Amino acid sequence: MNPISVQNLNKSYGGVEALADISVEVEPNELFGFIGPDGAGKTSLFRILTTLLKPDSGEASVLGLDVVDDYRTIRTKLGYMPGQFALYEDLSVRENMDFFASVFGTTLEANYDLVAPIYSQLERFEDRLAGALSGGMKQKLALSCALIHKPELLVLDEPTTGVDAVSRQEFWQMLQQLKSQGITIIASTPYMDEAEQCDRVALIDNGHILNIDTPEQVARNFDQPLLAIKASSIYELIKKLRSYEWADSVQPFGEYVHYTDKREEPDISKLELYLTEQCGLSEVEIKSIEPDIEDSFMNLMQKEVT
Amino acid sequence: MRTIKFLLQKEFLQIFRNKGMLPIIFLMPMIQLVVLSFAATFELKEVDVHLVDFDRSATSRALVTKMQATGYFNIQSHSQDVDDGIRMMRSNDIQLALVIPQHFERDVTSGSPTSVQLNIDAVDGSTAGLIQGYGRSIIQDFSVEVQPQIKQIQQQRRRAGINIIPANWYNPNLDYIKYMVPGILVVLVSMIGMFLSGMNIVREREIGTIEQLNVTPIKRYQFIAGKLLPFWIIGLFELVVGLLIARLGFNIPFVGSVLLLLAIAGIYLLVVEGIGLFISTITSTQQQAMFIAWFLMVVFILMGGLFTPIESMPGWAQDLTLFNPVAHFIKIMRMVLLKGAGWAEVQHLVGILTLMVVIILPAAIFRYRKSTG
Repeated sequence: MNPISVQNLNKSYGGVEALADISVEVEPNELFGFIGPDGAGKTSLFRILTTLLKPDSGEASVLGLDVVDDYRTIRTKLGYMPGQFALYEDLSVRENMDFFASVFGTTLEANYDLVAPIYSQLERFEDRLAGALSGGMKQKLALSCALIHKPELLVLDEPTTGVDAVSRQEFWQMLQQLKSQGITIIASTPYMDEAEQCDRVALIDNGHILNIDTPEQVARNFDQPLLAIKASSIYELIKKLRSYEWADSVQPFGEYVHYTDKREEPDISKLELYLTEQCGLSEVEIKSIEPDIEDSFMNLMQKEVT
Repeated sequence: MRTIKFLLQKEFLQIFRNKGMLPIIFLMPMIQLVVLSFAATFELKEVDVHLVDFDRSATSRALVTKMQATGYFNIQSHSQDVDDGIRMMRSNDIQLALVIPQHFERDVTSGSPTSVQLNIDAVDGSTAGLIQGYGRSIIQDFSVEVQPQIKQIQQQRRRAGINIIPANWYNPNLDYIKYMVPGILVVLVSMIGMFLSGMNIVREREIGTIEQLNVTPIKRYQFIAGKLLPFWIIGLFELVVGLLIARLGFNIPFVGSVLLLLAIAGIYLLVVEGIGLFISTITSTQQQAMFIAWFLMVVFILMGGLFTPIESMPGWAQDLTLFNPVAHFIKIMRMVLLKGAGWAEVQHLVGILTLMVVIILPAAIFRYRKSTG
């Protein structure tokens, strides 16, 4: 029995399709990531899995229980951290913990072992109001509250959105730690670089799952040779590359532009000649690189569109 | 039951921590009672008068002096032109232009008919009515005083006839405060019930905490009980404070049973909280909820007999008050506090309130289910 099993799930809001024929299996003790841009349907899927939303059609079971029929039992067994901070800002750290522990019929003391690695960092601020905490601290408190009743499954909706880079790193470390205690975790994120932290990821866009695989495999799926190109004017470079006769995809990636060719093997010297001689760009630099998950995702998204 | 206890604990913690609301909750009964009871009065205070005395005789002066002596009228200015008075009325300087005609003294003493003109600013109809009433009785008094010396026989004949002896029951001095205070207490309790409980639920939705609550095993009835009970308790507490102020500060008589009143208030609070809860299910922000609650509240108050008697409304409006919980509770308050009505006299009104609870509360809970999918 898989902790999460979804078959052909559909959900639309007044004609707008949020989830289209989604099927996904999450295995026990996996750290599973849903990666996709804003509006891809991640939150809708998570709200269905946490019994907050009913699907239009399709089957979804969580911990072997149906999300519609057994919603009450599911709620006692999963920990959910919504994308938006959803604790009481006018209650203190300790009061929030105690309240959520009590509604699950437990206490902080009883489950202290599980939350200790995270909560111990908050203990200095026990009497501070939750509203006065920093973004990273709020996120730790929300995670502690989601863990207080020893859930078998942790559902984290964009847990790292709006959190600084160091805290994000720290947060994924905490998740690895929780995973080692036997908890299955699903998390969504719009940040591609976080995909590498997951055991497996599902790339999701426009309500469709594009690919489900390990992060390494997803990156490897990108089967074309990839070039990173730099020039003095990125804007001109993109424009010229897009009008190049062999250009397949042209995506800006920071200071470089990632380029794939329509041919098996791109002719780097010809391309350089085209950019410098024909287009008059200066400081042109072209190198061959290994594709990462972001390239793969962009590639899949583009295929989806065409 | 334990869950409800934890919810209540949390709710009270938040209420007592809310520095903006807390003082208002506890100051409101005092401010409302003191300000409204003293300010909203139907007694006539110092009316500014412009005098146009064409007669300028001893008798006309005697009339003016008599009017001033009552303390209700204050001669602001005088001239020989009625238009002056009208002009001053237009600029809100005076409310009454009193015109005494020529030959006033001669006509009064000779017993021939004469008249005094009262030009009243009637923009505020009820004040105009009061000015007219007070003015008329003073002038009539005056005419009785001056005439007997001349036409004693005629006077005696006029005096014969039906003499009216009014006796004002339950409020012998026609004390306006006694009439207002019970009604204002109702408004107070209604505000707590309707605004605070409904608003509180919308707030959870607005700031998103309802998401986190919904994935806990808290059941719907527990959540709603946790939201309604705190303000039910605060509402009754406010009523007790208000009644104490009324008793000690305003000397309002407690003729009837206060316990009966509190029991009925318990039912009434469920009605207004039900309305508040219902509003919360059809709104998504506190602003929307506040606006709708205010709209309803104003209609309820204006049609509830707080300021204007229900008996003087048109028939259709009187029929509508059947659906107005505020009207029923104001009536019960006045009956129990001032007239000492017991269970037998108010049971039909309590029946209506109970019926409202039975309809509104389940309807609101049902809608709440639907609105949260």
